[in-house]
Amino acid sequence: MMKGIAHVYGDNIDTDRIIPGKYTKTLDTASLAAHVLEDLDPLFRDKLNGGDLLVAGDNFGCGSSREQAPLALKVAGVSVVIARYFARIFFRNAINIGLPVLEIPDHDIQPKDQLSVDLSTGKVENITTGKTYQAAALPPVMINILNEGGLAPYLKKYGTYILD
Amino acid sequence: MKQTLAEKILSQHVGREVKAGELLVTDVDGVMATDTTAPYAIQAFEEMGGGLVWDASKCALVIDHAAPAPNERIANLHEMMRSFAKKQGIELFEIGEGICHQVMMEKGYLKPGYVFTGADSHTPTGGAVGAFATGVGSTDLAAVMKTGQIWMKVPETIRIICNDRLQSGVSAKDLILFLVGKLTISGATYQSIEFQGEAFEEMTLASRMTIANMVAEMGGKTGFVNMKGLKLDYAFDPIFSDEGATYSETFDFNVADLQPQISIPESPDKVKNIEGHEGQKIDYAFIGTCCNGRLEDLRAAAEVLKGKRIADGVRFIVAPASRSVMLDAMNDGTMQTLIKAGVTTINPGCGPCVGTHQGVPGNDEVVISAANRNFRGRMGNPNSNIYLAAPATVATSALHGKITNPLNN
Repeated sequence: MMKGIAHVYGDNIDTDRIIPGKYTKTLDTASLAAHVLEDLDPLFRDKLNGGDLLVAGDNFGCGSSREQAPLALKVAGVSVVIARYFARIFFRNAINIGLPVLEIPDHDIQPKDQLSVDLSTGKVENITTGKTYQAAALPPVMINILNEGGLAPYLKKYGTYILD
Repeated sequence: MKQTLAEKILSQHVGREVKAGELLVTDVDGVMATDTTAPYAIQAFEEMGGGLVWDASKCALVIDHAAPAPNERIANLHEMMRSFAKKQGIELFEIGEGICHQVMMEKGYLKPGYVFTGADSHTPTGGAVGAFATGVGSTDLAAVMKTGQIWMKVPETIRIICNDRLQSGVSAKDLILFLVGKLTISGATYQSIEFQGEAFEEMTLASRMTIANMVAEMGGKTGFVNMKGLKLDYAFDPIFSDEGATYSETFDFNVADLQPQISIPESPDKVKNIEGHEGQKIDYAFIGTCCNGRLEDLRAAAEVLKGKRIADGVRFIVAPASRSVMLDAMNDGTMQTLIKAGVTTINPGCGPCVGTHQGVPGNDEVVISAANRNFRGRMGNPNSNIYLAAPATVATSALHGKITNPLNN
């Protein structure tokens, strides 16, 4: 069970806004985290407490394939990203680096709502409003990748993809 | 079963008939990573256990996003790529060879019927020659280098039919901008696209690459320009989807009267007819990128600028998509025409498109660009504004110092 405050943004947040291209060329993940979302909300880094959740509308993470985008969010301390739906490369990248992402098409989560997330069931409780939401189920291969902490440890363990 | 191109190519790869919605693990015919994505891919590859890649002849690394290196940090990432390529026996395309998607096409890494994964979102460019080419992130790419395979869901397919010829002076870029505007930035999320109809049939390979390139701007997993009329410099068997295949949606657009299009800040799908934006003052024009840095694009600009001079107060940067494009543009005089008109030419590569170097705009400056993205901060400054257009529109606008319709001027 994970608990945290929701930081809520809108639709079509592109990867240039999650981490601008000029900061992506580094293996120093702390420097990625230092610039996360800076062109969208320069105050995000200051507002974020470790374990907080990022919540967005449609098509979160569209644009570039840069894995630095979910990585910057994860290293900055975001525990889970919830969106109505995600852009496809971002979605895979997040799972592959071990950042949980939940698709909740009908959520109405507001800024500063306190959320409780059960990753094993995909159930999200809005402690502030008392509402509950059910996230779309992930295919077993993605659940297993997430359970291993990402695709690198998964492949090291299994050597191949196991679909079911 | 009647199959879409995505279903057909993936069925051929897994040796059984698959249909949209199915999960599968497929062999991959080629992989590519750039200096933005390769360093993390190499790191993930080592975390997976390292060793040798599954087939060095099918892997390529391209230094294009920040080439040549603008600082020591990036220089060291390039060194990491060179050292990995040498150890693995992988081909590495050095600074100046060109943009990954262009180089992959020129060097034969993309062929009809291939499944190709590239660690760059514009990888669907390979759909210009009937390759199932899809963009992935660094860790997925590492996994393909390790196993030669990737897991995925067979995508549903959207069909886009344009059964008209474009009017003279209206280009593939205008058409794809129009389509991105219609389908929106998320209109093809998780899906494949098939572009069909007469508008595409007479297109050069370069124009088809412009079309397939911007599948990424609709969120598509991959996309295919119908191979009818495709001419390549090698023999190939064209592949087509079956009559009666199942599409999630079919769009039929009348494009006979299509006008030059423009995408306004700050999303590629904010597309308008140019008329409403004519007269907008510009500071900076740019032609290049995987979308529009090919010979026909440079020629379109040279045709506009021949014997003329760009407007005072405007700077104009051109980055050819590859060394081969640059040589061709030198041999036929295109480069000389551009340089005499006041254009600044830079080395083949992604250039200023990714906001790292080679031409970052200043605060409140307006850029007109032949690239594919105009997200806030895309070119390195969140306080600048980027308009996207066809090369002829970019060049005509540079000539007049303001956004100008190339058809009337």
